[in-house]
Amino acid sequence: MSNTEKEDGSMNSTATPATGTRTTSLGNVATASAAARARSEQPVGSGLEARNVHAWFGKYHAISDMSLDFPTGTVTALIGPSGCGKSTFLRTLNRMHEFIPGAAMAGEVLLHGKDIYAPGTDVTKIRLKIGMVFQKPNPFPSMTIGENVLAGIKLAQLKVTNKNDLMEECLERAGLWNEVKDRLNQPGGSLSGGQQQRLCIARSLAVRPEVLLMDEPCSALDPGSTLKIEETISELAKTMTIIIVTHNMQQAARVSDYTAFLLSDGGPGQIVEFAPTREIFTRPKDKRTENYVTGRFG
Amino acid sequence: MTIADIQRPHPSPTPRNLESKPRPSDRIFRGIVALGGFSSLIILGLIAGYLFLRGFSILQSEGLSFITGYEWVSSINSDGSEGAAQSTYGVGAMLIGTLVTAAIALVIGVPVSVFAALYLTFFAPQRIKRVLVTVVDLMAAFPSILFGLWGLYVLMEPGMYVAELLNKYLGWIPIFAVPVPVFLRSPFIAGLVLAVMIIPIVTAVSREIFAQTPLDRIQAAYALGASKWAMIKNVAFPYSYSGVVGGAMLGLGRAMGETVAVFTVLNILYQANFKILLGAGGNLASHIILKFGEASEEEIKALMAAGFVLFLMTLAVNMLANVIVNKTGRRGR
Repeated sequence: MSNTEKEDGSMNSTATPATGTRTTSLGNVATASAAARARSEQPVGSGLEARNVHAWFGKYHAISDMSLDFPTGTVTALIGPSGCGKSTFLRTLNRMHEFIPGAAMAGEVLLHGKDIYAPGTDVTKIRLKIGMVFQKPNPFPSMTIGENVLAGIKLAQLKVTNKNDLMEECLERAGLWNEVKDRLNQPGGSLSGGQQQRLCIARSLAVRPEVLLMDEPCSALDPGSTLKIEETISELAKTMTIIIVTHNMQQAARVSDYTAFLLSDGGPGQIVEFAPTREIFTRPKDKRTENYVTGRFG
Repeated sequence: MTIADIQRPHPSPTPRNLESKPRPSDRIFRGIVALGGFSSLIILGLIAGYLFLRGFSILQSEGLSFITGYEWVSSINSDGSEGAAQSTYGVGAMLIGTLVTAAIALVIGVPVSVFAALYLTFFAPQRIKRVLVTVVDLMAAFPSILFGLWGLYVLMEPGMYVAELLNKYLGWIPIFAVPVPVFLRSPFIAGLVLAVMIIPIVTAVSREIFAQTPLDRIQAAYALGASKWAMIKNVAFPYSYSGVVGGAMLGLGRAMGETVAVFTVLNILYQANFKILLGAGGNLASHIILKFGEASEEEIKALMAAGFVLFLMTLAVNMLANVIVNKTGRRGR
């Protein structure tokens, strides 16, 4: 019943950025990044905004009053010591938070100005627009590499005219196509950890999200694979909004345009400082940020 | 040691003995737990051996027709006097009855169990879940005679109504046909009671398996815009498939061996009855309990042989279950 609706809602609205990707990824890298810069300088409006977000697990107040803007086409890194609520905040942004029994939230998360927590919102549609990559690579083991890429199409019952094109495009964007093009029929679990994670990224891309949330995507990977994923992130950021939680400050410095430093001072986690990444790492305004990014604690 | 010594190829290594000598107390304790560990095997072996020895003469004289034959005639009366006709023992009809009633139980019971397990795992609020799980476990420990009596006096009425409907609309399928419109005490009703009896165990096993579905895969599905049903179909089912089959096979084993409930509900008649709505039939176990009271020495031997066949059949089903589970098991994992 909601089949056609779903298609109208998610596929058409994302058709433009998707075609944009193809041309940029084929074109000159310099012009592409220049275009991206130009785009982020333009007031394109916030793709995603968090407004006074609180989150609870039962009685435990995990994060308090977090407000952030995530402009379209930028990478935002969330950094902070363990337990400061980075992942919890990330999970409120696509309504994955509510899967934990006893979870509650307050505030608003706006996607193009519309509250994703508004009553009557179809949660599955929200998650199509705001994709997620997890800490541990989690391809579906019962599916082949190719099927994994298209898993979202199957799960969300979307219609695609040319599955092979979509598969190739997504694997290409995730930087995995050359490594797997000859073995698309092998199980997803046959890949290395880093390849599995890129497969998961490709899988997220297949449903054409506008925002991609990444929850420590490289923490289980070796440096080489980490570097590949970071390249992928930079490439993807040309066409979509990326929010990445990371424990690795060098990674935050390498991949992100903006960085938010989160901290829990015994109480719920809060945003201490939010600024362009360069500023956070070179001249942080808050003493606590400085202590953290210089490695004095955390 | 010189370098030459080190570089000289060593003789091929033989693994060294890594066993350490246990203390006497350890040995004694080991013996006791080993006895416990093997007790089930020993008891099973003793039962099978006893049944085989007692039934051997009948198995020998009847040969293969003990399994394929549809006749059970004992010409020796319980007082030892010999009757007119010759004795024939063939459990074929009851074998069929066993399979038919058990199959009906599976067809009805497994879907209900899977739905119940899905509800308990993925839908039920915590409090309802706790209550229901307790009730399901309690149901598994319910004495089968109570199921039988309830089946006979309560379930019979609605069961017959359903049977009538099946016969009316699906009567053109041979198994739903009846020569006379009497639906009382049929294999269908017996299967219904068996279904109720196996639901707890199949539900419990399935629930356990569904609950083990890895959280990261469930989350991955949801993060890709899956609805709950899509997640269950594409993540939980592939993962749990083999376990649910295993649970169903456990239920099948129970249904095949059930005695009292079938004995109470079914109109035990010694005939091969494929018309499941017709009130006649039986299964091996109920046949044994029916005949046992007034059996002659020879017939008791035949019943022992029948018991041995039942034992083998249950064993075969369980082994088959194992094979299926192992073959399909790795797919979703």
